[in-house]
Amino acid sequence: MKRTIINKKEEVRDVPIIQVENLSKIFGKNAKKATKYLDEGLSKEDILEKTGNTVGVNRASFDVEEGEIFVIMGLSGSGKSTLVRLINRLIEPTEGSVYIDGQDLAKMDSKDLREVRRQKLSMVFQRFGLFPHRTVLENAEFGLEVQGIDKNERKEKAKKSLEMVGLGGYIHQFPGQLSGGMQQRVGLARALANDPEVLLMDEAFSALDPLIRKEMQDELLELQESMKKTILFITHDLDEALRIGDRIALMKDGRIVQIGTPEEILVNPANDYVEKFVEDVDRSKVLTAENIMKRPETVDIQKHGPRTALERMRKEGLSSIYVTDAKRNLHGYVTADDVSAAVKQDSDNLKGILRTDVPKVDPQTPMQQIFDIIHDSPVPVAVIEEGKLKGVIVRGAVLAALAGSEVNLNGYDS
Amino acid sequence: MGMIPKLPVAEWIDAATEWTTDTFEFLFDFIKEDFGDFIEIVAEDWLMGIPIWLFIIVVGVLAFFASGKKLGLTAFSVIGLWFIANQELWEELMNTFTLVIFASLISVIIGVPFGIWMAKSKMAEKILTPVLDFMQTMPAFVYLIPAVAFFSIGMVPGVFASVIFATPPTVRFTNLGIRQVSHELIEASDAFGTTGTQKLFKVQLPMAKKTIMAGINQTVMLALSMVVIASMIGAKGLGQTVITGLQRAEVGTGFVAGLGIVILAIIIDRFTQNLNTQRGD
Repeated sequence: MKRTIINKKEEVRDVPIIQVENLSKIFGKNAKKATKYLDEGLSKEDILEKTGNTVGVNRASFDVEEGEIFVIMGLSGSGKSTLVRLINRLIEPTEGSVYIDGQDLAKMDSKDLREVRRQKLSMVFQRFGLFPHRTVLENAEFGLEVQGIDKNERKEKAKKSLEMVGLGGYIHQFPGQLSGGMQQRVGLARALANDPEVLLMDEAFSALDPLIRKEMQDELLELQESMKKTILFITHDLDEALRIGDRIALMKDGRIVQIGTPEEILVNPANDYVEKFVEDVDRSKVLTAENIMKRPETVDIQKHGPRTALERMRKEGLSSIYVTDAKRNLHGYVTADDVSAAVKQDSDNLKGILRTDVPKVDPQTPMQQIFDIIHDSPVPVAVIEEGKLKGVIVRGAVLAALAGSEVNLNGYDS
Repeated sequence: MGMIPKLPVAEWIDAATEWTTDTFEFLFDFIKEDFGDFIEIVAEDWLMGIPIWLFIIVVGVLAFFASGKKLGLTAFSVIGLWFIANQELWEELMNTFTLVIFASLISVIIGVPFGIWMAKSKMAEKILTPVLDFMQTMPAFVYLIPAVAFFSIGMVPGVFASVIFATPPTVRFTNLGIRQVSHELIEASDAFGTTGTQKLFKVQLPMAKKTIMAGINQTVMLALSMVVIASMIGAKGLGQTVITGLQRAEVGTGFVAGLGIVILAIIIDRFTQNLNTQRGD
């Protein structure tokens, strides 16, 4: 992991809000003994065979920065649900540390642990975890009630939180009277009412049907725009992970196999497992112009004339070429036909034949939107950042990226 | 078999009972005198002090609202109670009712905390399960013997024997109800930083309420079934009339009193069940 924060502009604190170090959980008797086998690098199956212990989480280490959505993604049995429960110590770790704001949770006594759970960590559950004997409002105020906050104040806060998730009109209903999507909104509101630093979301949207799930993802992202919480999101759904994650940790057999941004995971899978995993992903939703652009061939409007342009196009087999100045500001493009004509007329200037109807995108444009642009365009699409030409996208690159083959990363270094 | 002589188990238990009786005499005497007086005041001064017609009307009105404004239970209660009064068994009914109420209340007061303890501790469950099995399978008559040793005869030993006989369902159902609360709700509670007590009163007990109420219903029914048996050691009430019928071979007398017990049982059962199915569902 070299890059830690991506497309977040807020200040970076010295200590990450969550630091997980060498965290392991082994279920069963004599778990400590079995950790020796982890040292020796034995697999989950071997350890189960030798000791009868199940490895839940195997030496997980990662940091989560403030304000980031960190997704832990894995199939069932990969240990992701165990991992999230180790973070608020619903499950006791066998070894390793979890630091929240620099405090080691694993070493806390129950009183301090309770305080951290009340003030800093809130959890949203897969099957909602709502109390059926309490109304929506009473559910939302649960965390505040536990803290002993005054009745009127906690009702106010709970109401606000319910309004935020669009349930202001349902406060006196019982959870059993609401649909799944609405119930999970209550779960979210209950977690937010505490105003925690970290939201732990354990497969929070997995029990919802696909349309509602997508709606909830959108809403979470929208809420996140204004709340800027740190969110640890557990899911088995890669599309969901790619959609909402700033960074993703992929888990297999209790081990974290790769941590990276959605792009990094798609573009540079760490091993065969990840590669297989990401094979079926709808890349068009994840990859952006930046990921598929190539280093552009250009000519300089001040220095070069039609002859140079024609020569370059012939060499590269292009039917058009982009025209910039020395600072890579884009001026337009010229076509091979126009340039040939200009050469015949002995012109020494590109200005007369410069075309400016350039199809432009910026580096963050998702690939999905590039389809239409590139379809209608006779020339490669220009990727522009602050007026400067960063790269070009040719039709072939889009198709190649969709097919999941090696993506040319020429554009990255510029 | 001949190798080991007969173990004097009966003698040991006799000795233990005697020791208990002597050692706690002051306590037993206190319970016998003061608690016995109190039971009598409740039965004879309070309950029997209410005019029969007023009592029947009040029960009828309560039945109407407890059953969700249906007429069935109301009609049954009114007619049933009128029948018992008509058979000149009203005083017996009041005595039986008092005995059942006291036995049930004490059983619940003892049973619920034990049930909670059992649910919270594996150790407690291991210890209490065989004890409860023992209490329920031991023939109920056996409890009469120490009851008489401790409290001589009358209402108090009747309540004592009934409590031993009737407590187990409340303990078991409380334990069961708390253990049945879904794992995710317990996690949710823990994740929000509840203390053990907060979790118990805000999540576990409210969620277990229905199951606990079902246990209490069982307890009340068992206490009622103990009424006839307790009358063998002088507890007043409908049971005594049944015994009299038995001793004098008067089928009719015994049957009518038995019918009275059935009517009381049905009324109490429906009342407690209806209390259980209210609010939100």
